[in-house]
Amino acid sequence: MSIALAKQATSIEPRRRITDVVMRGLCVAATVIALIPLVAVLYYVASKGVGAISWEFFTHDSSTPPSEPGGGMSNAIVGSLMVVGLACAMGIPVGVLTGVYLSELGRDSMFARTVRFTADAMSGIPSIVIGVFTYTLIVLHQRHFSALAGGVALAIIMLPTVTRTTEEMLKLVPDSLREAALALGVPRWKAIVTIVLRTAAPGIATGVMLAIARVAGETAPLIFTAFGNPHVSTSLNQPVGTMPVLIFEDAKSPYDELNRQAAAGALVLVAFILLLNITARLVVRRKK
Amino acid sequence: MKRPDAHDTEVAIRRRSSLDVNLGDRTFRLVTAAFAAGAVVILASIVVQLFQGAWPSIARFGAGFLTSSDWDPVHDKYGAVPFLYGTVMSSLVALMITVPIAFGVAIFLSELAPPWIRGPLGFMVELLAAIPSVVYGLWGIFVLAPFMRSDVDPILRTLFGWTGFFSGPTNGHDMLTGAVILSIMILPTIASISRDVLRAAPPTLREGALALGATRWEAVRTAVLPYVRSGLVGAVLLGLGRALGETMAITMVIGNSDRAHQSLFQGAQTMASKIANEYAEASNDLHLAALTEIGLLLLAVTLLFNLAARILVWKMRGPVGQRPV
Repeated sequence: MSIALAKQATSIEPRRRITDVVMRGLCVAATVIALIPLVAVLYYVASKGVGAISWEFFTHDSSTPPSEPGGGMSNAIVGSLMVVGLACAMGIPVGVLTGVYLSELGRDSMFARTVRFTADAMSGIPSIVIGVFTYTLIVLHQRHFSALAGGVALAIIMLPTVTRTTEEMLKLVPDSLREAALALGVPRWKAIVTIVLRTAAPGIATGVMLAIARVAGETAPLIFTAFGNPHVSTSLNQPVGTMPVLIFEDAKSPYDELNRQAAAGALVLVAFILLLNITARLVVRRKK
Repeated sequence: MKRPDAHDTEVAIRRRSSLDVNLGDRTFRLVTAAFAAGAVVILASIVVQLFQGAWPSIARFGAGFLTSSDWDPVHDKYGAVPFLYGTVMSSLVALMITVPIAFGVAIFLSELAPPWIRGPLGFMVELLAAIPSVVYGLWGIFVLAPFMRSDVDPILRTLFGWTGFFSGPTNGHDMLTGAVILSIMILPTIASISRDVLRAAPPTLREGALALGATRWEAVRTAVLPYVRSGLVGAVLLGLGRALGETMAITMVIGNSDRAHQSLFQGAQTMASKIANEYAEASNDLHLAALTEIGLLLLAVTLLFNLAARILVWKMRGPVGQRPV
């Protein structure tokens, strides 16, 4: 409305109109430029990856000599599932409970504000620094790399995301629900667990999915915690190969066969991450 | 025996339930508060652990670590200057490339785009942030670096070779390619926070300007931008914080040279890439401590930038969390 009125009321000088058109055009151009890399990366990964993917990719491990075809990433797939699973097992409960404390109990207390600030500060720490920390905390004491160390590193990276999303989602739950539960004589903790958390569950699930998507692709903190392992290993106490680290190593390798493996691995990883992102998006939309 | 009257029943119920309620609630509060305290403990122990780990190097080299360019594990000499330079330079060049584009995206998404396209476009920009660093690195090695070497670098050399920043031969794995890939990776951070900041500006600002006869662009420039300036600075600082700590993609394309060069066509090394390249194979305790000290420096710098950025953005649109999509 206001725009139509403005157009009617004033005849705009040509120079001002040209500036307007040019600047608006530049904003559109910027958006197009910004999305070129997205298309380029997805296209590259899809086109190179599809050709390189095969049944062996999922069933063979990466111990095949690079000069021969037929190697796979089964060791890294198992390792990634283990490390991310460990991270979830540690990061999600801690993150959700911390979020509950911030939103339902601590609120504006000094302690809650400190925790909130800490979580924000932690989300800005580069993942490689978390890797260095986990190395000095676990690997240095155990004297060997392990899946456990990798899981701890990823859990720390997940923690702030899960905490803050949980808090934000719980805050969206209307107070009338809490009051109704309390008025029925339900103890507060029970009201929080059965009513408030339940209502916010889809939103929290979204946040958790995005957190998993983020750590699934993390490489830097795994290089010197989970390290790598050319064979399938399911021991928490042993080094394991993971998808991102193996992609990193195969990409640097001079062998074409390994470069192809890296592309195939990237395709699987990106597909997994996109799937999580899109699912998270759909969950949010359905709730609206 | 006397039949219990209403009063007795009420007392009994209240006593029992209040006991239950208090016990349950107190336990619940205690447990959740303990987990919340966990976050503080983790951050504190990150700082303490890194400091302890770096101590042998801090004690040995002191301030010399920040002024020496020697990195020589064989003779146990460590100086971080080339990596500090690599980190600062690559981040600054990345910012110069990405800030104008990111602001353009943010203005388009918040002010100009028709409403139906905002959601999908915003989602695509956020997908840029979802692609793992190592995948950008893979693409960087096989697509971006060759493209830079054969198409972009010769043009820059002809046009700007005289400045000294774009001279000499290159194989595509250099500071410039590293900065370009960084600029792609920090764009979604800067663009989406700037968009949120712009959206937080009261609509009366732009309506007022439009009512006075301003064009759409004039409304943005004269009414909205001045109002949100500090929030935009915060968005850039958050992007910078991310650029400083970004590791994998840049490790894969920056050429990993331990010397600082003026030309962006030379290989370089950032603090993060140095750690990624050497940490797992550190030759001795002092080497490990020196690398840990680089990590400690990185931690200090990123915490500082994030703190500043959050204070600026907070003022505009409320606390920055990892918001859901």
